[in-house]
Amino acid sequence: MVSNRHERKTGMEQRRIYLDHNATTPLHPDVRRAMTDAMKVFGNPSSLHSHGREAADLVAESRREVADFIGASPREIVFVGSGSEANNTVLAALTCEKGACARLRGPQRGLVTTAIEHPCVMETAKCLAARGIPVSFAPVDDSGRVEVDALEELVDDSVAMVSVMLANNETGTLQDVRAVSEVCRSRDVLLHCDAVQAVGKIPVDVDELGVDFLTISAHKIYGPKGVGALYVRRGVPFCPLIRGGHQEDGRRAGTENVLGIVGLAAAVRARRAEMEEEHGRMLRLRHRLLDGIEARIPDFRVNGHRERCIPAALNVSFPGAEGESILLYLDLEGIEVSTGSACASGSLDPSHVLQAMRIPEVCLHGSVRISMGRATTEEDIDRVLKVLPPIIARIRGMSTVNGRE
Amino acid sequence: MAAKWLYSEKVLDHFRNPRNVLDDSEGFEADAEGEVGNIKCGDMMAFYLKVDPDELRIIDCRWRTFGCASAIASTSVLSEMVKGMTLEEAWTVDAKSVVAELGGLPENKVHCSVLGDKALRAAINDYYRRHGMEDRVREPGSRTVCECLEVTEGDIEDAVLEGARTFYQLQEHTKIATSCGKCEDEARELLEHYLQKHFGDQGCAIPEMPEG
Repeated sequence: MVSNRHERKTGMEQRRIYLDHNATTPLHPDVRRAMTDAMKVFGNPSSLHSHGREAADLVAESRREVADFIGASPREIVFVGSGSEANNTVLAALTCEKGACARLRGPQRGLVTTAIEHPCVMETAKCLAARGIPVSFAPVDDSGRVEVDALEELVDDSVAMVSVMLANNETGTLQDVRAVSEVCRSRDVLLHCDAVQAVGKIPVDVDELGVDFLTISAHKIYGPKGVGALYVRRGVPFCPLIRGGHQEDGRRAGTENVLGIVGLAAAVRARRAEMEEEHGRMLRLRHRLLDGIEARIPDFRVNGHRERCIPAALNVSFPGAEGESILLYLDLEGIEVSTGSACASGSLDPSHVLQAMRIPEVCLHGSVRISMGRATTEEDIDRVLKVLPPIIARIRGMSTVNGRE
Repeated sequence: MAAKWLYSEKVLDHFRNPRNVLDDSEGFEADAEGEVGNIKCGDMMAFYLKVDPDELRIIDCRWRTFGCASAIASTSVLSEMVKGMTLEEAWTVDAKSVVAELGGLPENKVHCSVLGDKALRAAINDYYRRHGMEDRVREPGSRTVCECLEVTEGDIEDAVLEGARTFYQLQEHTKIATSCGKCEDEARELLEHYLQKHFGDQGCAIPEMPEG
């Protein structure tokens, strides 16, 4: 009576289908080429001789490329080691008692952020709160959109900075950063935007958004890991996290990661060429996936806003089926996704993002994030649509919770 | 390039082919059943027994779970272990022996295996109650602290002896207070108590960073 129908051969001869692009992406071939070429450049960009200048030129050229992509000027770009470093840098400035940042900020030190930020913002914010800085978290509605009215109420006289992400990593939901910017402008408060999941997927312009700081990461857009960029609007107070060097105009010490920076710029160049066409393709794939799920799997819930979103990411819950089980059964079939289930994270709590959205408990532990990328094909989606329904049916068949019918 | 499976081969085997899952269509007639856990914490387990009334021996069993790969595999293994055991023998099977039978689980997944044996014991009690053997019904070894997940004082003491030093580690071992959370204060006090009892002054609960 034990079913052996899942015992057939999988994985070996079959191509693995990677649908976890919000976690990280493979290198774009153009990026690989640019980095391979740059590998022979070993000079320290700070050196005045030819080898140094050769490296400095590569960094300067890359800075122009990245700046241009988001409507900034090159001097407003600081290269950093990761998106997390960029976010930590911006938030940590609130603890600075001396220097330009404290002077410009006046007595205000408080931070308003949201309940759905990436852990590198959440945990840093909690750490600031533990050090006595007033911190509050704006709520989101059930589609994962920050409630700007509620946020506005939190921005009182104690607040120096607001930090809001542009696209959420778990749900792909887009935030109305422009509206938050208007709140910040009217209160003379700085605005930081973690745009790691948005830059390179939708057009991002720092002036249109009206932000003072904006975070970019290379490895989410087919660039290398270990490099990111922080946009710092000219004239806003800035406090370095890593001190002790004149690199990046004294804003980030440490010899430049020339190879990584070249990779980031190459990734940006490729996105500029491919983004628009790909956006349409992602929309079509998303519809194919959603329509397919709708036709084949009874009872599911889309987590996140259905229109105001990055189309490449789809977060769905299947009530009665636990997320880690779905992930691992899919993995056995050669399909790689992620989940917000507690059991997959190695922690005891399910996703703080889904919790903040107050989605039903039965959905909280059964969410799956399918994030597509430039290599994803219709065939890949069709394979998911073939494999996923029996997996959900099977898990529900074992389940003590509803959703079995 | 095949990456290594996250868990042991035995976990993989039982995850791929769980044994003794209750299938609605087979018409399994249980003599007793037990259910523990709660959807809030993401873990729920039900165990169903068919018992030989003369020998009080488990002839067959079924289970269902809302749980992750570890929960599925550990309950599947448990269901194989207890078939053929008397109810008294089955009562003594605990999470530790299930994890051992599975060839181990990653430290942070052990808590996923703690519900199966509790559901089994609830089913054994249910059998005694249904068959006029109230005198054999046993409550868990000691007082229950966490009602949602049926964690007892004894479970907390065991967790301390197994190395839990912080409240978070205690939760990783037992899942205590991960559901409604109302027992958290008491659980923290008991953690402190058992740390003192077994490790004296060195045993103070380690202060935790904000948010573990």
